[in-house]
Amino acid sequence: MRYLPLTPADRAEMLSVIGASSIDDLFADVPEAARLDGPIRDLPGHASELAVERHMTALARKNMVAGDVPFFLGAGAYRHHVPASVDHLIQRGEFLTAYTPYQPEIAQGTLQMLFEFQTQVASLLGTDVANASMYDGSTACWEAIGMARRITRRGKAILSGGLHPHYVSVAKTMAKYTGDVLDTALPVLGADTDIDALIAKIDDETSCVVVQYPDILGRIADLTPLADACHAKKALLIAVVTEPVALGAIRSPGEMDADIVVGEGQSLGVGLQFGGPYVGLFGCKEKYLRQTPGRFCGQTVDADGKRGFVLTLSTREQHIRREKATSNICTNSGLCALAFSIHMTLLGEAGLRRLAGINHANACRAADRLAKVPGVRVVNDTFFNEFTLDIGKEARPVVRALADRGVLAGVSLGRLYPGEDALANGLVVAVTETVTDDDVEALATALEEALA
Amino acid sequence: MALNQSGWRPSTPQQGDGAPATFTGNRALMLEEPLIFEIGSTETTGVDFAAGDVAGSRLGDLTRTAPIGLAGLSEQETVRHYTRLSRQNYAIDLGLFPLGSCTMKHNPRLNEKVARLPGFADVHPLQPVDTVQGALGVINELAMWLIKLTGMYGVAMSPKAGAHGELCGILCIKAALEKRGEGHRKVVLVPESAHGTNPATAAFAGFTVEDIPATADGRVDTAALKARLGPDVAAVMITNPNTCGLFERDLKEISDAVHAAGGYVYCDGANFNAIVGRVRPGDLGVDAMHINLHKTFSTPHGGGGPGSGPVVLSEALAPFGPLPFTARTADGYVHLIEEERAEEFSNEHFDGTLDSFGRMTAFHGQMGMFTRALAYILSHGADGLRQVAEDAVLNANYVLRSLEDTLDAPFAASGPCMHEAIFSDRGLAEGFSTIDVAKGLIDEGFHPMTMYFPLVVHGAMLVEPTETESKAALDQFIGALRSVAERAKAGDMALKTAPHFAPRARLDETLAARKPVLRWKPPVAVAEAAE
Repeated sequence: MRYLPLTPADRAEMLSVIGASSIDDLFADVPEAARLDGPIRDLPGHASELAVERHMTALARKNMVAGDVPFFLGAGAYRHHVPASVDHLIQRGEFLTAYTPYQPEIAQGTLQMLFEFQTQVASLLGTDVANASMYDGSTACWEAIGMARRITRRGKAILSGGLHPHYVSVAKTMAKYTGDVLDTALPVLGADTDIDALIAKIDDETSCVVVQYPDILGRIADLTPLADACHAKKALLIAVVTEPVALGAIRSPGEMDADIVVGEGQSLGVGLQFGGPYVGLFGCKEKYLRQTPGRFCGQTVDADGKRGFVLTLSTREQHIRREKATSNICTNSGLCALAFSIHMTLLGEAGLRRLAGINHANACRAADRLAKVPGVRVVNDTFFNEFTLDIGKEARPVVRALADRGVLAGVSLGRLYPGEDALANGLVVAVTETVTDDDVEALATALEEALA
Repeated sequence: MALNQSGWRPSTPQQGDGAPATFTGNRALMLEEPLIFEIGSTETTGVDFAAGDVAGSRLGDLTRTAPIGLAGLSEQETVRHYTRLSRQNYAIDLGLFPLGSCTMKHNPRLNEKVARLPGFADVHPLQPVDTVQGALGVINELAMWLIKLTGMYGVAMSPKAGAHGELCGILCIKAALEKRGEGHRKVVLVPESAHGTNPATAAFAGFTVEDIPATADGRVDTAALKARLGPDVAAVMITNPNTCGLFERDLKEISDAVHAAGGYVYCDGANFNAIVGRVRPGDLGVDAMHINLHKTFSTPHGGGGPGSGPVVLSEALAPFGPLPFTARTADGYVHLIEEERAEEFSNEHFDGTLDSFGRMTAFHGQMGMFTRALAYILSHGADGLRQVAEDAVLNANYVLRSLEDTLDAPFAASGPCMHEAIFSDRGLAEGFSTIDVAKGLIDEGFHPMTMYFPLVVHGAMLVEPTETESKAALDQFIGALRSVAERAKAGDMALKTAPHFAPRARLDETLAARKPVLRWKPPVAVAEAAE
């Protein structure tokens, strides 16, 4: 077996050093009834690299690849072009095969990268600070709700109807067990966000309002009045960003006085990967630092006075605080954070703004073209690179039919909100820099035929 | 705008060791690297874009006009920046990484290759199910392996990491209790030697945590545990093999007692590597156990994640597992069961007994880790995985027996260890502790072992060599650790200032925590500061 370097002679010699007569002696503590006497039956034996690659390639071929077809899916995961150097650099063994930087003297590479990542994320989200990343956007969102509960000592969270339904589901699952009360709503297939409705709901019991920006239908609204309304009732505003590229074009939630900003960082560097691993972004105002979940990297000096970096503020974390920790999270999403950070470094501010501009321009052109398809209405007045169409009939079967024709048309609201008739005709269409005019034409043509 | 208004300056060169100071602060291949914000600028970009007008028109009045402060580098500078940073990291690719309880084994590159096949890497999680049969097939095939390797009934694939998996298992337990009308069971028993995530998870899910003491031989005190069982106990969380590197011999007996008292058994599977192919947790009465794919199944640790924590479940808990999940029907089609089809699927195939506690994360879990783990598993096969456990245990015992004459090994007398060997700081010179041994090992070119964990051993040094180390590598490590330990016993003061040859000397962690600097900020211009 190619990954196991011990030879039979090594094993024999080592057993004699140990003073054991056979390997079975080393498993003597396992009760006899639980010992397996040989390899588990009805599972195959070891396989060559060639055979494994063949098997995995055959499975991979059964998937329709986003890059092979006109592709318009978003709804929390976006297809962007990732420069070749990103994937090259994250595969350097010193990054790929390192562990959590518990020994900072020999982990400055990872630590400095995390410090840079935290700086980039805080700048992008407009927050004072950002942590070293979470699992993904959906879990970061729940952690923010829990953090707001601890800060305000209140247990009612108001979730916008524009929040990604999976994020709502995750919060609902957790709230069942923590006792938090969630006030949720469905989105309405119209141009207006539910900001006014959210403001009306805030009361003295409210710990936080959670709002997505841009929201699940792609709509954008100024969060400033919502932040003011939250703060008037001593509640927190949590903003959720599932498309970080948008923040190269539109004001950051932090600039609009959001208290906690969480996000899904997958758009930069990470790729689609069928949903994971992704990278959760988590930023907040500095005054709430001690209630944050997750890891932080901080700057310090070494014994010679040189600048260096360490994991810090760990007295909030599970390995020190155990049951009194702010969260049970242990890992971050280190390698994905690295990919995000490299991509962001390649872009820089000028590149990010340009990328965002191209996304928005492409989306505007696509919206205008699709609006010309008979029976199709663009729901949004505002959007960044994603908007919702009302196609006048149930969208989910249309998406399936278009997939058969080799067009991945978008995410139907029927997939996201099964059984909700008022939303069934909605189709969320994402248009990034990877979408060409020909792709848009292919979608428009296919839609025309499907709706005829 | 250039961000480095003050200009980056190299750190103070090291003095006093006879070597000359250098202008740059570099020392040959040991290269100092400033922050991107100190060398880049907001106008620089390493990416070319298509030309053309990009005037936006549908952003409302929300155009971002204020500076963001994101420094960019050209591609060449970017490659160099991260390459230089990478060289300041220790990694498995460089050498033995004996971090106990972390299972730092070799990461085969085949796994990286297959995970990057466009059919896996470039597929959206919400594509129509017909277009992702291969991706769902990977999840389903890996699930089958995990079930068979553990002898369990079902598996939840979506948890994002080990601690998330713990949460999944604990929520299954909570859901099962509530279904039985026993939601009043609020206590979760956790041994003192447990990972911090265990009590944190139980508390996160609303349980009260109580400690179970350990016996002198490093195992759970079975009698104390049994005495504590009762109508308020929801579950026991046990790590097996435990964090002292020992097999919990009484686990089956404990499981039977917990079940008889109406509770459930959660097993922390962080150390599954020691027993894979030799023992099935299902045979020990376990109800739920997470599997760290980044440990046992060798998906890369990546400097601290991403992890992946599928949870195998007993027949009693499987009905409560999270959405979504996959199921293959006789026709070979792999179904994705999300919120909408859960009830119908339960009625069709499980007589309506499925009662999921809900969703734990957006989408379907760590697909990129599933492909890697499956490639690893297929490479080893049932025979190879058994060999993995055997070699991991053999290597750990070899380290234990080779060093027990030099370092105090508190449980050496009670028999063989499993995948990791534990030593204490007893016998080191006055004023010397585990950290001095660890930092001395850095100078020897090794990553140190886990320090001061588990808490039940004073100054614990937990060494987990894993099965992917050769005898020659082990011998060199043993020689190095023996040498450093002897220096610590002799009171060699040079150890107190180790490491001497790393990119940095010991770092001031107290300063970092007392005055947190968590992001780079532009230096205040001199004129501004003077006002």
